[in-house]
Amino acid sequence: MAETVYDGSSGEFVPPEEVTAAGGEPLLQVLGLQVEFRTRDGVAKVLNGVSYHVNAGETVAVLGESGSGKSVTAQTIMGILDTPPAFVTGGSVKFKGEELLTATPERRRKVRGEGIAMIFQDALSALNPVFTVGFQIAEQLRGRRGMSKAEAKKAAIELLEQVKIPNAKGRFGEYPHQFSGGMRQRAMIAMSLALDPEVLIADEPTTALDVTVQAQIMDLLSEIQRERNMGMVLITHDLGVVAEVADRIAVMYAGRIVESGDARSIYAKPGHPYTIALLESLPRLDLKGQQLNTIKGLPPSLTNIPPGCPFNPRCRMAQDICRTEVPESVALGDGRSSACHFTGELMQRV
Amino acid sequence: MSETILEVRDLVKHFPVQVGVLFKRTIGHVKAVDGVSFDLRKGETLGVVGESGCGKSTLAQVLMRLEKATSGTVKFEGRDIFGLKGQELRRLRRDIQIVLQDPYTSLNPRMTVGDLVGEPFEIHTEVAPKGDRQRKVQELLEVVGLNPEHINRYPHQFSGGQRQRIGIARALALRPKVIICDEPVSALDVSVQAQVMNLLDELQTEFDLSYVFIAHDLSVVRHLSDRVAVMYLGKVVELGTDEQIYEHPTHPYTQALLSAVPVPDPELRGRREVIRLTGDVPSPVNPPSGCRFRTRCWKAQDICATEEPPLTERLGHLSACHFAEEHPHVAVV
Repeated sequence: MAETVYDGSSGEFVPPEEVTAAGGEPLLQVLGLQVEFRTRDGVAKVLNGVSYHVNAGETVAVLGESGSGKSVTAQTIMGILDTPPAFVTGGSVKFKGEELLTATPERRRKVRGEGIAMIFQDALSALNPVFTVGFQIAEQLRGRRGMSKAEAKKAAIELLEQVKIPNAKGRFGEYPHQFSGGMRQRAMIAMSLALDPEVLIADEPTTALDVTVQAQIMDLLSEIQRERNMGMVLITHDLGVVAEVADRIAVMYAGRIVESGDARSIYAKPGHPYTIALLESLPRLDLKGQQLNTIKGLPPSLTNIPPGCPFNPRCRMAQDICRTEVPESVALGDGRSSACHFTGELMQRV
Repeated sequence: MSETILEVRDLVKHFPVQVGVLFKRTIGHVKAVDGVSFDLRKGETLGVVGESGCGKSTLAQVLMRLEKATSGTVKFEGRDIFGLKGQELRRLRRDIQIVLQDPYTSLNPRMTVGDLVGEPFEIHTEVAPKGDRQRKVQELLEVVGLNPEHINRYPHQFSGGQRQRIGIARALALRPKVIICDEPVSALDVSVQAQVMNLLDELQTEFDLSYVFIAHDLSVVRHLSDRVAVMYLGKVVELGTDEQIYEHPTHPYTQALLSAVPVPDPELRGRREVIRLTGDVPSPVNPPSGCRFRTRCWKAQDICATEEPPLTERLGHLSACHFAEEHPHVAVV
């Protein structure tokens, strides 16, 4: 693949989303999303222009540390933000070309579940402890699909079988606390699939699980995605999981996408100092180093984001311009983009 | 080989499972730790890995003498810690300290950092005379990379990584010889995790510490450990140097665990052989007969159900499998 590298000389900034989304309408597109939390301690600017898109059959990983805004983006897409304190102040969320942020509550409810479904990190608190797992899956089939009790039960058991819960018939009548962690996550996946969504947002689906179980759940998700040709947004902070399943990556920092592009080329040659530092700070199973390279300092407080590039106080490359000017997202070719003043130099290094 | 500082032999900790309100009946035991033996040498880091429920945290509590062992011995510098009383026990408390996983719940929110880090001196007054305490606390804060001027702040004013540093300062206060780290970095973000790991590494050299480093993250354990013990359902299934465990594992569970760890390199996607275990870890109340891993093992034979494989030297290091052998595709390169 020919690599066109932005050389930094033309000074022409192309918003990367226009480049990457050119080939037809994406299934789900987030453009310039801005969300703020108005709290007693001030206004926290949680999202400051987040853009990404997902096509059918594709996995996009949204990577970032806690507080970077990855879950808030997902909640905005789903329309489950708590307002107040959260307010959407700009941008758009389009599902198959249809604007969701201005849609009626009825329309949003319809899209939720049937168009876009979501699974959460902590299955135990996401499931209702006083209803059986089977009831919770069948409930939406009865309410949204108008199935009878018997039909819904049959369909729910089929779903439990699809997510490979052994003895699905017997498990139908059990309560969430009777399930193990991995089984609960499977049940939640079954629930999210009940209405045949076209996009699945998985918010840290395996963070609470052990590695061997994590591997099972990631396999299951990939398999289901392939079968149904779903678009998947995988929200995670685990660089290992991302490398195993993602087609494309969006790296978030302080409410912005700082770098995006296809997974292989970002891991091979990251184009933003934050991505570089993140990859270097990771202890590797296959390498035993002496000292880990760390990122000094802490992520900024969202009520007080530093002027210029939000990463500049922690960046090894920071210059004067980084402290005054917010870097625009620059297209690097091949659908990659990076929001760094010096990304041209970074991409030219060997 | 340097001298042994902590010697653990056949350590067993069972918790009774009781039913009934007034008249409690014991209907079984949770076999949290069930016959664990290892040596911790001076100045080394022994990593303990395993999935949730394998008994690693119970092990930490027993080593700290926060829980009394059901049977077995733990010897610190040659003396059984369960036989100590009074003065001697106090002395032991100084020598073995712990760093806990969750920096949010392990610090009392109503105490200032100075009080938290200085609290050990209240009990062990011989370490720091009263007038000297504030200076000592500030020194400790500096050692762990915190601003000594923040001595009057409260835990909520710090981030997760900084709180974990407070926990480490508190563990260091009494100049211990052994620190048990129970998942010290698993609640932290990657960039902060690296900072804390480097700190632990530096402190070990500076204060000549021995660590028992408990974690579920195999890459973190590899980074810090000299030797590694792999636990499954209350037992150590494999123990060796980090190279033996990570590059030449012989126990099927270790192999499966290693192969399940996602490697942060998309180029290796689909090119690595991955062993997928089916099912979940069995209940520690009623573990399988014979080898405890047999219900999820692809090598299981009849002998595995009847005879428990002892942890003995097989192929160069300790492994508890009847069919211990290297797996051609798993070794981490």
